[in-house]
Amino acid sequence: MLRLACPYCGERDYVEFLYGGDASQTMPALDDDIDRWTDFVFFRDNPKGEHAEFWQHQHGCRQWLRVVRHTVTHAVMSVRPAREALPATEEKQVEVA
Amino acid sequence: MTGQARRLAAGGRIDRSRPVSFRFDGRTYSGFDGDTLASALLANGVALVGRSFKYHRPRGIYSAGIEEPNALVTLRGEGRHEPNIPATRVELFDGLEAQSQNRWPSLRHDVMSVVGHFPKAFAAGFYYKTFMGPTRRAWMFYEHFIRKAAGMGDPTSAPDPDRYEKAHAFCDLLVVGAGPAGLAAAIAAGRSGLRVILVEDDAEPGGSLLGRRDGAVADWLKRALAELDTLASVRVMTRTCVFGAYDGMTFGLLERVGDHLAVPAPFQPRQRYWRVRAERAILATGMIERPIVFGNNDLPGVMLAAAARSYVNRFAVLPGRRVVVFTNNDSAYGAAEDLRAAGAAVSIVDVRAVISEALRARTAEAGIEVLSGCAVGRANGRRTVTSVDIVPFDARRPEAARTRKRVSCDLLAVSGGWTPTLHLLAQRGCKPVYDSHRAMLVAADVPEGFHLAGGAAGETALRSCIESGLAAARAAVQACGQAPHVSARPPVEPLAADAEEAAIAPVWTIPAPLDGRAGKMFVDLQHDVGADDIALAHREGYASVEHLKRYTTLGMATDQGKTSSLNALAILAGLSGRAIGEVGTTTFRPPFRPIAVGALAGQETGLHFRPIRRSPMHDWHDQQGAALTTTGLWLRPWYFPEPGETRRDAYARESAAVRRSVGLTDVSSLGKIDVQGPDAAEFLNRVYVNGFLKLPVGKARYGVMLRPDGIVLDDGTVSRISDHHYFMTTTTAGAGKVMAHLEFLLQTAWPDLRVHVTSVTSQWAGMAVSGPKSRDLLARVVEGTDLSEAALPFMGVMHGHAGDVPVRILRVSFSGERAYEVYTPAGYGMALWQMFCDRGAALDLTVYGVEALGALRIEKGHVAGPELDGRTTLADVGLARMASGGKPFLGGALAKREGLGDASRPQLVGLELANGAGTLRAGAILCDPAARYRKAFAKDSAVLSDHAPDPSAVDFTAANGSGHLGHGIGFVSSVTWSPELQRNIALGFVSGGSSRIGEEIDAVFPLRSELTKVRVTPPHFVDPEGVRLHA
Repeated sequence: MLRLACPYCGERDYVEFLYGGDASQTMPALDDDIDRWTDFVFFRDNPKGEHAEFWQHQHGCRQWLRVVRHTVTHAVMSVRPAREALPATEEKQVEVA
Repeated sequence: MTGQARRLAAGGRIDRSRPVSFRFDGRTYSGFDGDTLASALLANGVALVGRSFKYHRPRGIYSAGIEEPNALVTLRGEGRHEPNIPATRVELFDGLEAQSQNRWPSLRHDVMSVVGHFPKAFAAGFYYKTFMGPTRRAWMFYEHFIRKAAGMGDPTSAPDPDRYEKAHAFCDLLVVGAGPAGLAAAIAAGRSGLRVILVEDDAEPGGSLLGRRDGAVADWLKRALAELDTLASVRVMTRTCVFGAYDGMTFGLLERVGDHLAVPAPFQPRQRYWRVRAERAILATGMIERPIVFGNNDLPGVMLAAAARSYVNRFAVLPGRRVVVFTNNDSAYGAAEDLRAAGAAVSIVDVRAVISEALRARTAEAGIEVLSGCAVGRANGRRTVTSVDIVPFDARRPEAARTRKRVSCDLLAVSGGWTPTLHLLAQRGCKPVYDSHRAMLVAADVPEGFHLAGGAAGETALRSCIESGLAAARAAVQACGQAPHVSARPPVEPLAADAEEAAIAPVWTIPAPLDGRAGKMFVDLQHDVGADDIALAHREGYASVEHLKRYTTLGMATDQGKTSSLNALAILAGLSGRAIGEVGTTTFRPPFRPIAVGALAGQETGLHFRPIRRSPMHDWHDQQGAALTTTGLWLRPWYFPEPGETRRDAYARESAAVRRSVGLTDVSSLGKIDVQGPDAAEFLNRVYVNGFLKLPVGKARYGVMLRPDGIVLDDGTVSRISDHHYFMTTTTAGAGKVMAHLEFLLQTAWPDLRVHVTSVTSQWAGMAVSGPKSRDLLARVVEGTDLSEAALPFMGVMHGHAGDVPVRILRVSFSGERAYEVYTPAGYGMALWQMFCDRGAALDLTVYGVEALGALRIEKGHVAGPELDGRTTLADVGLARMASGGKPFLGGALAKREGLGDASRPQLVGLELANGAGTLRAGAILCDPAARYRKAFAKDSAVLSDHAPDPSAVDFTAANGSGHLGHGIGFVSSVTWSPELQRNIALGFVSGGSSRIGEEIDAVFPLRSELTKVRVTPPHFVDPEGVRLHA
């Protein structure tokens, strides 16, 4: 039973959050071609280990968060506002941490 | 009332001043406060308490704790009826009603016990092999009878009158189990200032100490409890079971608040489900004694040795007068001595050839006969054990032998050693490993946050249990960043070293004696799985212990194999020539003990199942006697019946009034989102399929948005209030997901857009005024505002006032009539609504509900929830032309997927009855009559109801009586009886869509075995040209 440390509200129970799926990819441009969109929507990794994913603090500040979670231990590595966390930069920070 | 023939004159923790009367299988018995149902039954000499799961063999009380596999009873009656409760865990109260289970017509004369004479027929895998076969047909036929014959107690369908609660708690340290180790740990941690929750499943703390006789143990317990009382930071929860250990140091606890009472105390729930979050946890869960497997080891009168000891010492019950104690370890000697001291004649049968001098001396002094190097090869007796057959036994080379002698007895107390209770650790993914030295499964690794103490850590001696509890507390205190409390006085004084040592000969089964009938040797008593079933599974190649478990169902009963699992592993290891450690263990999952579903639901039942949202005008609807319905969380007026009207009468009248003069309906539940910011137009232009860049201030536009995968997400209108301010409406059910979708896009994909979205659903009341006279009515309410065609054209937006009430008016229509949506801040909703009602009286105003709203939109062919069901594309619902060719939009790329453009995809059409006969039903499957299945199975359309084992009846798709197979060519989505057309109409999806207009096809409804001929029509039934919008 996960608890997430919302950067705005503090540590909260998982029941306040909405899961939003894999956060490892950025959304293509709207005029990108169908192959790029197909990759984005349908072809995602299912890693055993650390996984970046979106969660919304739905019953709190309603901010979308980027959470790095271990899919085996469910340990939470980091919780950051989604609008600030660009995948490329964060992956490095996680490794350092 | 019968006397308590087996009750001892003195001793025990029962209160002899408080006699208690209870009933078992209709007979009245007496016991004392402090008894369990099991101890009271034993005190009354009741040995036979149930019939076994498969063979209906007589079964008695086997244990004194939560591990009880046999003595399952049904408690209470009516709504409080509760099956499958171990009698060993039922606290006695006055008036308790209990019934035995799985017997007919009575416990003593059970018809199905004949099954026990044909055990071969019910061996492992019997059901699979006999009934399942290559098809499921036979199983479908026989299942009913099998389930009736084999099973547990019956549930009740009466409503539960009791209340259940959920609660949350936090602590630094959770101590599970209040035996010697747990008590020592809680005291030590509490002295150091930790916030401690100490949890005990039993009614009182003490654990194994409660079953001890000697005064030093009782004194220690008394002092420990007194010390605990002085520690304000320690909370003790009794009658509470930690049933689950979850991620993030979260624990599930069940507190049995009122189970020991006839009815819960006033204002108290029956049970409370706790979620506890702890920094650290000490598992002081103790051990469970395990049996040795031999012939007829399930007879009533066979009992675990520690249980017999507990009945004597804690409950002052002598479970047998002539006792044989059968053991492979030292721990049973204490039980033998206590039984002897209580007046029983006791013999010990020990598989070990050599036992310690100390034990020899003690037993000799107590007058206990010891037969070492021997084993019990078989128990004898019809309903209870009357004698045992002793065989010579060499623990190092166990082999079958002839019976040496027969010893008569009325109790056989067995100890095969002890298994640490590691279920909670196992739930966290830690598989226990076999320690061959101690012959027990122990924890291999302890995950971060956890500590083990006492029996759970493999400690068998009382002194070392207490010491390990103190050590675990020290470690936990340090891990919490606190300094352990230092004092000259130890937290609790360790007891003197225990004489009982751990010496054990690992013996699991005793081969059947060479003489006489073997007798069934049970491993899992609750599921009737024998050693021969394990052997059969092994012969058939079930090498993995997980497969063995599923094939034989060993360990899958309500006790989760608490007394059987290690014996099963050992037997499988022996058969396959492996060491026990190589066999592996099965997985334990929560809950540790069965949990009532009511406790998990808590208060969230009935009206409280989920929140209810009410419109600002709800009270008005209620006062008018509206029939209400739910849409998502919203309670909405369904229809407003006049006296004597049926639902159809009411909505037909309401709907006709809208087409004739004017109607008023509550649309407050529509999702409303304020979109503001300099980039709002660009944002809307990206999320809607149609263009929004050119929407002028003062105009509204209908819009459809797609999911990224190209499927329709939701629809609604957007009004431009000012340059940077838009007002969006969504469907009632879609409001939440649309809001989260927009926030997701703004925060993750397009954080550069300067746009803010805010849900204002609850802030605005909304009402729709529809019908030819709607403008007349609006003009009477919104005075001094120009509502002319030029000032407020179709899709126009304006603001005004109705008296003091500010209003926002959108000229949009769902009914196809001239109509206006009027919004006002929620607090004004009722006042505005009342104004419409008052001033509408002269204009033949009719208030209408959701049913009429639905009929009106189906008549117009407008899509709604049933059509936008998360599977349909724009083209499917006939809105392909909305997609703006000139701009990219979300979902646009994948909407062009080849499969979504397939011409055979079902597309929106109208439907009507072809011959005016039959029933249109939402959900009916549309089929092409030319593709009708030819095989003449439909001659027997009764197959659905009769469960006839007719092979042709088993294929569901063929069994609908229609002659159609497969998924058809579409389905019916929305149906109504049209008040305007005075006939049934429907919307649906059919392959080929409009190209089929005029065709007659089949609508099949398998749940009712119906086939209805329908005709395909355009989806617009009323005013397809749309002239009435401007009427």
